[in-house]
Amino acid sequence: MEKIFARLSQISASLVFLVLIGTMVTLYIAAKPAIEEFGAYFMIDSRWAVDVPTESTTTNPNSTEQNETSDSPSSTASTEDMELDNGINVGDEDINIGDEDINVGGEDDINMGGDEDIAATTEVYGGAIAIVGTVFSTIIALLFAIPLAMGIAIFLSEIAGPAVAKPVGIAIELLAAIPSIIYGMWGLFYFGPFIASLLGGHSVSLLIAGLVLGVMIIPFMAALSRDAINTTPDVLKEAAYAVGATKFEVIKDIIFPYAKAGIIGSIIISLGRALGETMAVAFVIGGVFAYADSITAPTNSIPVVLANNFSESSGISLSSLFYLSLILFVVSFIIIFTAKHYFLRREKI
Amino acid sequence: MKDFNNIMEIQDFSFTYPKSQNPALRNVTLPIRENHITALIGPSGCGKSTLLRSMNRIHDIYKGCQYQGQIKLKAEDGTASNILDIQKENGFIKLRQKVGMIFQKPTPFPMSIYENIAYGLRISGIKSRYNIEEIVESSLREAALWDEVKDRLHQDARRLSGGQQQRLCIARVVALKPELMLLDEPTSALDPISTGAIEEMILQLKEHYSIAIVTHNMLQASRISDYTGFMYLGDLVEFNETDTIFLNPEKEQTDRYITGKFG
Repeated sequence: MEKIFARLSQISASLVFLVLIGTMVTLYIAAKPAIEEFGAYFMIDSRWAVDVPTESTTTNPNSTEQNETSDSPSSTASTEDMELDNGINVGDEDINIGDEDINVGGEDDINMGGDEDIAATTEVYGGAIAIVGTVFSTIIALLFAIPLAMGIAIFLSEIAGPAVAKPVGIAIELLAAIPSIIYGMWGLFYFGPFIASLLGGHSVSLLIAGLVLGVMIIPFMAALSRDAINTTPDVLKEAAYAVGATKFEVIKDIIFPYAKAGIIGSIIISLGRALGETMAVAFVIGGVFAYADSITAPTNSIPVVLANNFSESSGISLSSLFYLSLILFVVSFIIIFTAKHYFLRREKI
Repeated sequence: MKDFNNIMEIQDFSFTYPKSQNPALRNVTLPIRENHITALIGPSGCGKSTLLRSMNRIHDIYKGCQYQGQIKLKAEDGTASNILDIQKENGFIKLRQKVGMIFQKPTPFPMSIYENIAYGLRISGIKSRYNIEEIVESSLREAALWDEVKDRLHQDARRLSGGQQQRLCIARVVALKPELMLLDEPTSALDPISTGAIEEMILQLKEHYSIAIVTHNMLQASRISDYTGFMYLGDLVEFNETDTIFLNPEKEQTDRYITGKFG
């Protein structure tokens, strides 16, 4: 019995490694053609599905096919998006149409040159725009979310009485449970136009994507940080009050250092969520393959590119999408790994 | 005031916890003598910790506590003021710097050994680095910890052993030069050797400080205290010199508790 139990738990634990390595290997294999084709330059190349003339006359059949599919019905780019939407939210036509419009605008700009001639060109894919968009929308989200979430967490755990803290705490947990597509719709129809009317610029943009992401991760961060803060022993707080500390000093000097590991953990989890968030961002970032020249301009992010382009991709373009997802995987991994080690290095007691 | 030998006088004091109907303490009257050790003994739940925690109003970090009666604290100029009149946070801070407290479990702050002591000094308004260094050393010496930690003052205080942590907490309180020190079962989480070290330290501190100590350990009370109060179910049953309480108690209840027949 004892042995079976030990073995079972061992198997479950090794499953983690299996999944991790398996994911990485599959992503790498699927991305291999693109990696061989574009190399590391992919990461700083801002062209996506752009035809460039080649000397070699033998065109890749896959890439021509890709051209046709992506050009002929100009809205295919968002069909799979529609399918996704429909899966969750059947019959909500308005939203799909809105989404479609955005994507069409984006695709047209880029594929303009694709119609002319297909014989002597080859398609070039580069992920730089999506990578930059992902990184910046996440940074904006964190800048927006961290102060607010800390404020909420401190208020709930230290300042508010139980009569307030309980209902607000439950509300926060409910907010965390809202599916991201709902945040996306809200961002597209209400929040985006509102911010655009305040600051100018487009109603779908990098800024709005960042803010919607921020709103999305605030409940996570706040709920987890509150739990971390609540682990501070009462007697430790009492000891600090007993040497004459004010409430602010107790929070700043005792509770924060004590709950540091948990608070940073909550930020890391939220960061991971923001990095990989697809639906909410797909609604509000614009899906345009262009760098955002201002913070209120539309751009693109890795998960959005993946979601918008998978259904009509094959061959090298599909492989490029896998390359992008591998990059996202590695980037999240590195960020979380370094964050954990950098901040929690001295936590060992 | 009539009796200047008392650093604190508790008069007809009742205390009710928030959301509770029955008072946890009823009409307690008790003096805390200056430069002496006063012990409070009694079975669990008798209110001795509650009484101790009223003396620096640490109860008030939770809302809804009710006080009746008076607790008078002697000021340096010899006048006495009722600490139950304090309403503002400023007043609480001043009170708690005058009436220091040590808890049952060691409570090192999440910072270095040095900072643990310097912290209280800084928030009490001592800014000079030189002064702080001096006080850190002298209070660690008073707490008999200096020789053990002088080479690692900047290490995390949570790495110390339990007994060392508790002495650090005492040093932290001593550094603020309190008029009265409250010890809430300071040795109940420690091994006998650490307990012995702390008891010895408390006896030395007596020369400069007034001390009130709550303890479960009757032998400890008889070893170190000058006065003892026996509490039972929210009442102060008997208060007298320690020798009298332990050798010749007036009340039968006290006698039965001390001889181990109940409690």
